Amino acid sequence: MIRTSKVLVAGTAALALSLSAAACGGKDDSNGSTGTTATKAEFNAALTKVFNPSDKKGGTIKLANAGDWDTLDPGETYYGYSWNFLRLYGRGLLMFKPTPGAEGNTVTPDLAEGVGVPSDGGKTWTYKIRKGIKFEDGTVIKAADVKYAVLRSIDKETFPNGPAYFEGFLNLPAGYKGPYKSKGVNTDSAITTPDDNTIVFHLKSAFGGFDYLAALPQTVPVPAAKDTGAKYKEHVVSSGPYMFDQNNLGKNFTLKRNPNWDQATDSNRKALPDGYEVALNVNADDIDNRLLSGDLDVDVVGTGVQPAALGRVVGDPALKAQTDNPVLARLWYTSINPTVAPLDKIDCRKAIEYAADKTGYQTAYGGPLAGGDIATTILPPMIPGYQKFDLYPAGADGTGDVAKAKEALAACGQPNGFETNMGYRAERPKEKATAESLQQSLARVGIKLTLKPYPQGDYFSQYAGNPPYVKANKLGLVTNGWGADWNDGFGFLSQIVDSRVIRETGGSSNTSVRIPEVDKMLDTAVAETDQAKRDAQWGPIDKRVMEEAVILPGVYAKSLIVRPKRLSNVFISEAYNMYDYLSLGVA
Amino acid sequence: MFTYIIRRLLAAVLLLFIVSAATFAIFFLIPRLVGSTPETLATRYVGRAATPETVNLIAHRLGFYDPVWLQYGRWIKGIFVGADYSFGAGVEHCPAPCFGYSFVTHQPVWPELLDRLPVTLSLAIGASILWLTFGLSTGVVSALRRGSVLDRTAMSFSLAGVSLPIFFTGMVALLLFSYKLGWTAPGGTYTPFTEDPGQWFYALLLPWLVLALQFSAQYARLTRAGMLDTMSEDYIRTARAKGLRERDVDIKHGLRAALTPILTIFGLDFGLLLGGAVLTEQVFSLPGLGKYAVDAITTNDLPKVLGVTLMAAFFVVIANLVVDLLYAVVDPRVRVG
Repeated sequence: MIRTSKVLVAGTAALALSLSAAACGGKDDSNGSTGTTATKAEFNAALTKVFNPSDKKGGTIKLANAGDWDTLDPGETYYGYSWNFLRLYGRGLLMFKPTPGAEGNTVTPDLAEGVGVPSDGGKTWTYKIRKGIKFEDGTVIKAADVKYAVLRSIDKETFPNGPAYFEGFLNLPAGYKGPYKSKGVNTDSAITTPDDNTIVFHLKSAFGGFDYLAALPQTVPVPAAKDTGAKYKEHVVSSGPYMFDQNNLGKNFTLKRNPNWDQATDSNRKALPDGYEVALNVNADDIDNRLLSGDLDVDVVGTGVQPAALGRVVGDPALKAQTDNPVLARLWYTSINPTVAPLDKIDCRKAIEYAADKTGYQTAYGGPLAGGDIATTILPPMIPGYQKFDLYPAGADGTGDVAKAKEALAACGQPNGFETNMGYRAERPKEKATAESLQQSLARVGIKLTLKPYPQGDYFSQYAGNPPYVKANKLGLVTNGWGADWNDGFGFLSQIVDSRVIRETGGSSNTSVRIPEVDKMLDTAVAETDQAKRDAQWGPIDKRVMEEAVILPGVYAKSLIVRPKRLSNVFISEAYNMYDYLSLGVA
Repeated sequence: MFTYIIRRLLAAVLLLFIVSAATFAIFFLIPRLVGSTPETLATRYVGRAATPETVNLIAHRLGFYDPVWLQYGRWIKGIFVGADYSFGAGVEHCPAPCFGYSFVTHQPVWPELLDRLPVTLSLAIGASILWLTFGLSTGVVSALRRGSVLDRTAMSFSLAGVSLPIFFTGMVALLLFSYKLGWTAPGGTYTPFTEDPGQWFYALLLPWLVLALQFSAQYARLTRAGMLDTMSEDYIRTARAKGLRERDVDIKHGLRAALTPILTIFGLDFGLLLGGAVLTEQVFSLPGLGKYAVDAITTNDLPKVLGVTLMAAFFVVIANLVVDLLYAVVDPRVRVG
């Protein structure tokens, strides 16, 4: 028997070895540059310029999603990748410019003839709609179709997952619940359509950045006669260059050319491929393998490769040359809760800012390539109005300033440190690693952290984002993260530094920032209609919050994404921080 | 015999009730122990920008304010008489058996289950044919040529098959056979049999082999052990003494007796697989019941979880019933007893 088991072990080991050797060996020789104007395939080749520029039409682009699409309904979808992709089958009033570099972060007219014209100090916004644009069935698109689309998105019983900006800003009649439930209610106090090509939005209060709302997919027109509420996602009526061919919810869908789309009305879209095939709920590791082998073109979610593929890519220069490494409009950070003693004292909070090992934070998120750059501010660098500063320098090697931290502790009357708890999402290994890294680095100055994992589904509603729970359970620190709905100071800051979004019943991402002065600064900035003047106000708000030491910035997130091998016109959209799905072609 | 089947079926229905009640309780009652409210439950089904009013609306819409027994009763009622469902722009009748609508995607659950069943069925049947063929034949040969090189090689492989998890063998097999060599289909390319039988076979070949590798290993070892036991029985010696051909002794007398325990295991395995080959479907991105279950659980989608749990329980119960009935066919001793 013993003899047999030796043979067994040897056999198993040999089998495993031969399989893994086969799996790792055999490098692919093609370098992906098969386009008409071939560009050299190198690391970050599509970061700020077009890779393989081409005007060649035809072919089908294959995409895959590791999960389900949140929804294809323009009135409800709330993911960046979906907003990026949606422009293929829908045209909103405005859109983000499909251009590489910083210009991609600016809005440009789409269905509208120009950007919004503000009046009444930013409380009224008027858009002229281009003439002759049609739905897929040939019906001409009117201002009323846009009005209807915006109003239906307000029905949160039908579309609970959608953005809630319009109902927040529009001057809607009291108790208005959208066109299904409030049938026949006059909504002219919120949106008027004086003629078929003009739409006017009336707001409750001035909002200088309304053009960003006009670029939301919620302004993509919906024909009322074809609207089926929550079932509209089964067949969205197209206004863009592509329309739905097959749509098997939860499994896959395909797009084909929309014969009623007219290139003459559209300067933003090239519409190169003949169609798109999208597979849903595909194994994430399998997606990476297929991308690297060229069997699949795009991982549509655009958040980067899985840890398994990351190892392969980093270790192989040929594979690394096939990737791009964009910075995302996302900050991973830790909230420092001033409601939990002794963190009610500012110097105790500063001690944490100084003692934190920033390099450790970065390592916890996967290092400089897949994790991101060390953050010292709340705003990531690509947000217009970002100001670079570092109020709590972490020393030359970024591992924290122990001496300064001890000074701060003495100043807050806790020279030997103190004990507090730190919450993180149990399902997220990176947050666990962050918490452990902070546990180690803070222990150097006597601050003892007890780690508390919580389920991510209820993280904000019941635990880390629930103020009474935070206080009762002494959650001094909680891991957090935020990505903007659009890359602008309002989009980034309003949900995480405005104290008025904190709800005693839980559910808010903001748990620690309660500074009345900051709320006022936000209100002033929001009302400013001049973009340059508005953008200049975000940096000071960021600084004011950091002075209070209620947020410990961790990393400005980055992702490592695989560049499609056989596609042309590949570049990173600065608005979505992934490949621009509107411009891709088959080389 | 007939009353036996009826009795077993009634017991099966009761079991399904218990399973569904338990799933319901796990979903609603356990969170309550840690202080969750209808609103906190509802926050799972709203977007990140949801206001308290939206959360309230959704909690109402999903019926979270009602007592749990009432919610359970409503769900059971839907199965027998159907339910009405508002999709905003109108109301839709969901005919019986209505397993409810997904909390997340608002799609009716029952048609989705029926849609995914053929995938799982294809996978389970194909793989089980393979593993029974490989498993039983290697087991028999190993037992008869005990200690030979063949026996040792077969058993080494079967140990490897049992010990290597599918998420490992599956990924390696995909990488090697699909992406490097291009012999088999890449993941996520399942095509229904009715659409294109060739493509169906091509897409399922690798999942079948990988799944069969794991199971046939187990079956080979079981068969070998069973055969070794029966082959030393007195009646085998008697059979040989009667002058029967060795092949008849091995198969008719030896294997047939050794089959009983294997049949039991097979009933359980096959029933479980019909409820979803979770890992295999996940690795190969097959849109079957197992993948459906995983997706449902990760999104806290109770109606989907309930539907797929019940379906899995149903198959396990039925498969066991069939196995019990088959005993009599395989082993005459059961009939006598």
